[in-house]
Amino acid sequence: MTEVRLFSTCLAEEFFPAVPEAVVRILEGLRLSVRPIRRAFCCGQAAFNEGLREQAIDLARRFVESCEPGTPIVIPSGSCASMVRVFYADLLRDEPALAERAAALRPWIYEFSQFLVGVLKVKYLGARYERAVAYHPSCHLLRELRVTNEPLDLLSAVSGIRLVALPRAEECCGFGGSFSVKFPHISAAILEDKCMQIEQSGADTVTAADCGCLMQIGGGLHRRKSRVETLHLAEILARR
Amino acid sequence: MRSQKPAQRFIVASQAAVADSSLRGKIENATGRHLEQLALTRAAFAPFEAERDAARQIKHDAISRLDELLFELRTRLEKNGCKVFFAATAAQARQYVAGVARAAGVKRVVKGKSMTAEEVGLNAALEGVGAQVFETDLGEFIVQLRGEHPSHILTPAIHLSRQDVGALFHEKLGVPQSDDPQVLTAAARDHLRNVFLSADMGITGVNFAVAETGTLVVVENEGNGRLAHTMPPIYVALMGIEKVIPKLGDLSHFLEVLARTATGQKLTAYTSFISGPRRQDEADGPQEMHVVILDNGRGAMLADPVLREALYCIRCGACLNVCPVYRQIGGHAYASAYPGPIGAVVSPAIFGPPAAHLPFASTLCGACREVCPVRIDIPRLLLHLRWNATQAPEAREWPRPWRRVTRGIARFSRLARHPRLARLTGRILRTLCRPFARNGYLRRMPPPFSGWTRFRDFPTPGGRPHQPGSGPK
Ligand code: SF4
Repeated sequence: MTEVRLFSTCLAEEFFPAVPEAVVRILEGLRLSVRPIRRAFCCGQAAFNEGLREQAIDLARRFVESCEPGTPIVIPSGSCASMVRVFYADLLRDEPALAERAAALRPWIYEFSQFLVGVLKVKYLGARYERAVAYHPSCHLLRELRVTNEPLDLLSAVSGIRLVALPRAEECCGFGGSFSVKFPHISAAILEDKCMQIEQSGADTVTAADCGCLMQIGGGLHRRKSRVETLHLAEILARR
Repeated sequence: MRSQKPAQRFIVASQAAVADSSLRGKIENATGRHLEQLALTRAAFAPFEAERDAARQIKHDAISRLDELLFELRTRLEKNGCKVFFAATAAQARQYVAGVARAAGVKRVVKGKSMTAEEVGLNAALEGVGAQVFETDLGEFIVQLRGEHPSHILTPAIHLSRQDVGALFHEKLGVPQSDDPQVLTAAARDHLRNVFLSADMGITGVNFAVAETGTLVVVENEGNGRLAHTMPPIYVALMGIEKVIPKLGDLSHFLEVLARTATGQKLTAYTSFISGPRRQDEADGPQEMHVVILDNGRGAMLADPVLREALYCIRCGACLNVCPVYRQIGGHAYASAYPGPIGAVVSPAIFGPPAAHLPFASTLCGACREVCPVRIDIPRLLLHLRWNATQAPEAREWPRPWRRVTRGIARFSRLARHPRLARLTGRILRTLCRPFARNGYLRRMPPPFSGWTRFRDFPTPGGRPHQPGSGPK
């Protein structure tokens, strides 16, 4: 049986444990053996974005030492996958040994939908979800990893689903990691626009492939007492 | 208010901006229109992507041998009869231009659009030597009448509606109230016509300076810039060192992308080539021409291998229009001549510590990089500046909530080095939070997360947020 590694990400482990569970169910359903990465907890993105370079390097070291090239590493988050695939190169500029390891890992790092569609070449997973769903393309997934159609391909193959267009979908939700707590008023103003677009789209579920955005959008919708539910892409794809 | 530190001022100003729904609406309208237009123009021009690459490559080359090109430019300009002054700082640029004005007894100055003049604070210096300064670009004219600074590097009055401008003109120029752009433009023209005729000095910015020929290129839509550099007897061009490009042949690549990205036009209405003062056999043009070439922090950007990419910028303004942060808070909150994404990158180098916090005011969404005609990787530059800023002493004086967040992330990151301990802590946190959870969410959190829960709910650790109306599946 082919093996894959799963990096759950700190955000999902702590706040959205249903997400890695769903990913495992889906991957095991495709006859893969899933071995979670337990020796690393966080990719270092929060520290990196905050300008805490040393702390980020420490976490990057943890990460690159916890897995080997040769086995695909699946990450159910566009921004964490970008961190490892794109930003480690900058972060580890002055750490040649680590940078080399990170470079060797790079081709084995996949965001979840990228792995399903791009590597496994599957779209239909036998999921059923009978609701109107809007997809929010998260910024890092879209503009760092250039993953555009994969999540939509997967969603279109779900039985009973009605995909609705999200106006101005490619605009940021306003999360931005520490930005959301340092500039909460700006973050919330951006989010307000996003929530309005979601509500106007007629969706009753909004989905994305990034727990950061889901935290932001979910928290915003909940505060507005909206009826729209927030789910990670993997959670929809695991519904039967 | 006065005693507030710049970072605190940014918070207060941006809070006021997001609370002003009419301001947000105006910016939303204007930027939205621009982006639609831009998409259309680009789609109609197949070689657009190739032209972007070409323009970027030329800038890359020019910036990597800037010394050499500036020397060539200077030699050429002097041969053409210009006086060239290299200003290391804003103060030197101000003193030089004010000195020229004082020596010639200048009473009236007409200015075309120049963000560089805004950067160095030229107007105040000229007024200090008894000259009256008239902004002649419509947007700049409007903000000058209001006693404000531009809120955008390309469209200075983007924060105002037609109605606002109509009311302003009615009040200040005594013209009948109107919100018809044509009527308003005509009113401004009328007002400025006499000024042009009687001005003794003209000042403009520069879009490109061609080293090979010593030609300054000024791109604009209103024709006021052209009047400013042809009518008055003295003309001063103000440019940053990064405006130099090697050859005249390079120019076309920039012109192909600049207007398309800046305004969604194929080409701007006026593209002026200025190569010196009036020659003996010429009937018009200025008798005296000065070119002020400004460093003011740019040399430091050049010396930084990552940051130097910021010098590729051709000030098209598009990154402001796509920026989710700029679109919510507008330009004034940045308190810099250069707001928005590129402003957050260059302001710390140009204005120093008072702007050091700006790189943090971004979600790093990357929309700016996608739209940038020369593909500047703005998020990467912002991240680079964040590393520098956290090391700098002024970070210790930033608002307490920010320092708490930074400390919190540092602590979390140290904990996360020990996955088992981190997971155990996570479990403890879940137990602690559970009693406060409502429906999978927390309504209030202690600092540093209190900012979050001021505006939205926070997911309960370990809990699957379950929302009203979702029902069992
Ligand atoms: S950074 Fe790029 S998009 Fe922004 S103003 Fe400069 S050239 Fe235009």
